[in-house]
Amino acid sequence: MTRAPLLAISGLGLMGFLAASCGSSHTSTATVAPTAVIEAAAAQGPTTVAQTTQVTGDLVVFAASSLTKAFTEIGDAFEAANPGASVTFNFAGSSDLVTQITQGAPADVFVSADESNMKKLIDADEATGIPVIVAKNTFEIIVEKGDPKGVASVAGLANPDVIVVLCADTVPCGKGAATILRSANVTVTPKSLEDKVTGVVAKVTAGEADAGVVYVTDVAAAGDKASGIEIPADQNVISNYPIVVTKSATNASSAQSFVAFVAGSAGRAILARYGFLAP
Amino acid sequence: MSTRRHQGGQPRLPIPVLALAGVATAFFALPLVGLLWRAPWSHAWSYLSDDDALTALRLSMICSLWATLLSIIFGIPLAWLLARVDFLGRGIVRALCTMSMVLPPVVGGVALFFALGRRGLVGQYLDRWFGLRLPFTTAGVVVAQTFVAMPFLVITVEAALRQLDDRFEDASRTLGASRWYTFRRVVLPGIRPALVAGSVLAWARALGEFGATITFAGNFPGTTRTMPLAVYLALETNPEEAIVLALVLMTISFAVLVGLRDRWFTRTGRHAPTVLT
Repeated sequence: MTRAPLLAISGLGLMGFLAASCGSSHTSTATVAPTAVIEAAAAQGPTTVAQTTQVTGDLVVFAASSLTKAFTEIGDAFEAANPGASVTFNFAGSSDLVTQITQGAPADVFVSADESNMKKLIDADEATGIPVIVAKNTFEIIVEKGDPKGVASVAGLANPDVIVVLCADTVPCGKGAATILRSANVTVTPKSLEDKVTGVVAKVTAGEADAGVVYVTDVAAAGDKASGIEIPADQNVISNYPIVVTKSATNASSAQSFVAFVAGSAGRAILARYGFLAP
Repeated sequence: MSTRRHQGGQPRLPIPVLALAGVATAFFALPLVGLLWRAPWSHAWSYLSDDDALTALRLSMICSLWATLLSIIFGIPLAWLLARVDFLGRGIVRALCTMSMVLPPVVGGVALFFALGRRGLVGQYLDRWFGLRLPFTTAGVVVAQTFVAMPFLVITVEAALRQLDDRFEDASRTLGASRWYTFRRVVLPGIRPALVAGSVLAWARALGEFGATITFAGNFPGTTRTMPLAVYLALETNPEEAIVLALVLMTISFAVLVGLRDRWFTRTGRHAPTVLT
């Protein structure tokens, strides 16, 4: 009994540590009240995307964080085309998402930013069928607006006066950056190895770092806060975004329709608008 | 945080209270048991003897102790000000100084950029005049940890100061002691249990700090990659390694928290008799 307060204190201390690990993924929802969609769709008449099967119910999509903006828009378009369907997204790093799914998180569809994380899901026997590549992405050097430090090329990253931040080589963007630097034969001493690509973007747009290697779509998303420097095709890396319906999908038929929608013309058009390359 | 023991025996708690306390204990203990259960014991040693892990652990220890020290140096005066001086806007100052407890740490890190970064409100002058840059440095880690940890010390110490009978201070002063002497010999001993508890809370918070560190200081082995960052990175590729690293961090915190004896958390009675109310 006299030990009770001590236990309580220990619990508090550990809480601090545990709290540190819960800020990694965030969930955003794109749900529309079904009745409102039905009315809207009825007013619009037949939509451009023909649906042969009835798509209804809630759909949970786990997608790589680099897809946040594009997929939020795709979700809205899918809901508009399928009155009665409601899509909820969970955007996080691809490997976090794989961990969440294998630990039992309720996902109907998984979209990865690379093939190795998709392979992890398949190896864990959590995927159904063969994944479809829905988009491709490639890398650019992100610099402050107008490139005031004169980075200009991959070789410019070696300049010791330029503060370079890269992704750690354990995440897809870091693997890509390492390959690019290797094929350009450039040695860079980064100031930080970020755990995800948004960490690199944030440090450059905040003005703390001068340059980093990120996806073309990240440079596009940063808008006028940053500029991109193209990396020549012979040095660059192309990454694939595979999509798959999970084995635990509670709404498998709607999930298949969503995959078809993303891979179809409507999905492709939206992805292209955010800078993704066609598969 | 303090216990009141009945003379000559254990306090008898009602069954519902005991049951709820039991649930609370299990709530904290079970996740830890889960980690122990999944830990790859057979090759735990190979992860631990890894240079990167040791570097991260050493960095975590150094930074969290610095953050605790800074929290004590600046936190006690702040707590004293908040507890003893009745000034206009005290509530606002208190809210400002404890804001980082409720702020998502990542936002805290971004806010630190805007204040102390290379282009920050103050940081641009630190850079221009002294060539001092905090982002991507170990000092930046200490700053980020102090930012999130100090409020734990401030609110604990402030609460203790409010409970401390200020007549002792008055008595000390009328007996000719200086303000500084009174603070050192009357106030500080009186709040010792709260000071220890607050420091431990601040240290534990600093040790586990992740969001503000990775945002403001970055993530580089040897300079800014502390244990929580190493754990998070390991989760991406090798969850087994992440579990082992997390267990090391938890074992150390646990040992420190258990090692602090009960008496540090209870009133000594000598300096601050509980004549309140």
